[in-house]
Amino acid sequence: MMPKITAKNLTNDELFYGHKACGGCGESLAVRLAMKILGERTFASLPAGCMSAVSFIYPNMAFKTNAIITPFASTGAVAAGVAAGLKALGIENTYSVGFAGDGGTADIGLQALSGAIDRGDQIIYFCNDNEAYMNTGIQKSGLTPYGTRTTTSPAGENLPGSVTTKKNMFEIVAAHDIAYAATASVGYLEDYMMKVEKAKSVKGTSYIHILAPCPTGWGTPSEITISLAKEAVDCGLWYLAEYENGEFKLNKDPKAFTPVADYVKKQGRFKHLTETDIEHLETQRDKKWLKMRRDWNK
Amino acid sequence: MNKPKMKSFTEPKTVTDYPLGATCPSDHITSINAGWRTYRPVIDQEKCVLCMRCFLVCPDGVIDKSSDRLEIDYDFCKGCGVCAYECKPKAIKMVKEAEFNG
Ligand SMILES: Cc1ncc(C[n+]2csc(CCOP(=O)(O)OP(=O)(O)O)c2C)c(N)n1
Ligand code: SF4
Ligand code: SF4
Ligand code: SF4
Ligand SMILES: [Mg+2]
Repeated sequence: MMPKITAKNLTNDELFYGHKACGGCGESLAVRLAMKILGERTFASLPAGCMSAVSFIYPNMAFKTNAIITPFASTGAVAAGVAAGLKALGIENTYSVGFAGDGGTADIGLQALSGAIDRGDQIIYFCNDNEAYMNTGIQKSGLTPYGTRTTTSPAGENLPGSVTTKKNMFEIVAAHDIAYAATASVGYLEDYMMKVEKAKSVKGTSYIHILAPCPTGWGTPSEITISLAKEAVDCGLWYLAEYENGEFKLNKDPKAFTPVADYVKKQGRFKHLTETDIEHLETQRDKKWLKMRRDWNK
Repeated sequence: MNKPKMKSFTEPKTVTDYPLGATCPSDHITSINAGWRTYRPVIDQEKCVLCMRCFLVCPDGVIDKSSDRLEIDYDFCKGCGVCAYECKPKAIKMVKEAEFNG
């Protein structure tokens, strides 16, 4: 059995510190905790996006380990190259990880990620999902949910905000028959930390997709980041799952969902949604859960 | 308190002063974040049950648990309020910064 990582036994050492992310930034918490669990012998590759923008502001450098900014499309390729370099140099007991945003993963970096998984490269790839291109001022990405107001999916008389739904990145990755994939949420941190710990001993590629609220882009008070990310799971719009040994597993199967309306009404990006829009979100949710409950292990 | 400290930095004067290769060493923060705060989290040590929830959820990692009571690194706390919101016994109060600056 893997030792359970909790707030109490988690190291006090910070490997990602002094960064300039907005107060209450969910992504920065996801990176902070991942780095604590991975440790000092970690090589981080980050494409353009908030997490590189807030930590590599010359002459500032928030990582305590080696870290590099990659071309936007290349997180998977650069992390794979770092892993290959470490192997060639005989440098052992290290981790090569990528931390990319939702845009950097599901749209721009999809090919490089797909290549890395296909080759089974020894990397851990994190998708920090804040559901839009935040670093450039909130544009819609392939992981922006239906009904989200962004600068490129405005809401008004003719449009409910984004008219597309979230790409199913977790299952896209799993379809490569990846060694290990998981979804997570900064609202369920013990679950997330367990998944990071698990990824450390996987042979081959790991992918962890974590939902991470962005107070600036979501139009939410900074203090509710964690509870909102929990509510996303509790209302069924997000889910906690794993894929390993060719099998899907649902880690959390709520008996009853909390109301989607309660979740969306807290957020500026969804303020405009009508009852019909919310019903649409619920219908989509129910369809997805029907399949997951039917086909996945529990 | 055992948290990374701010580093001093001398502005390069000529182009030859700029680093070659990696742009800067790691763990190299040259400015603090304290000025971002409107509210300052203050821990009531009497009420604190040392559950470490605040330490876990702080996006900036500024809550220190290396001694027998929690300390906050106010150089880097942004005053986001996540810690206070997540503290069950309500041991953290968000206090207006102005009250500390007179
Ligand atoms: C090839 C390329 N295209 C566009 C950009 C501009 N750009 C920089 S960051 C960013 C947004 C990143 O969004 P996401 O990947 O979701 O990360 P987030 O900032 O939300 O964490 C964009 C579009 C770029 N740097 N390089
Ligand atoms: S814009 Fe959002 S993701 Fe980017 S640093 Fe701010 S809170 Fe974090
Ligand atoms: S969350 Fe509250 S009770 Fe728990 S350690 Fe922090 S201050 Fe103490
Ligand atoms: S206010 Fe925010 S940054 Fe400051 S200690 Fe609390 S959670 Fe951390
Ligand atoms: Mg994003």
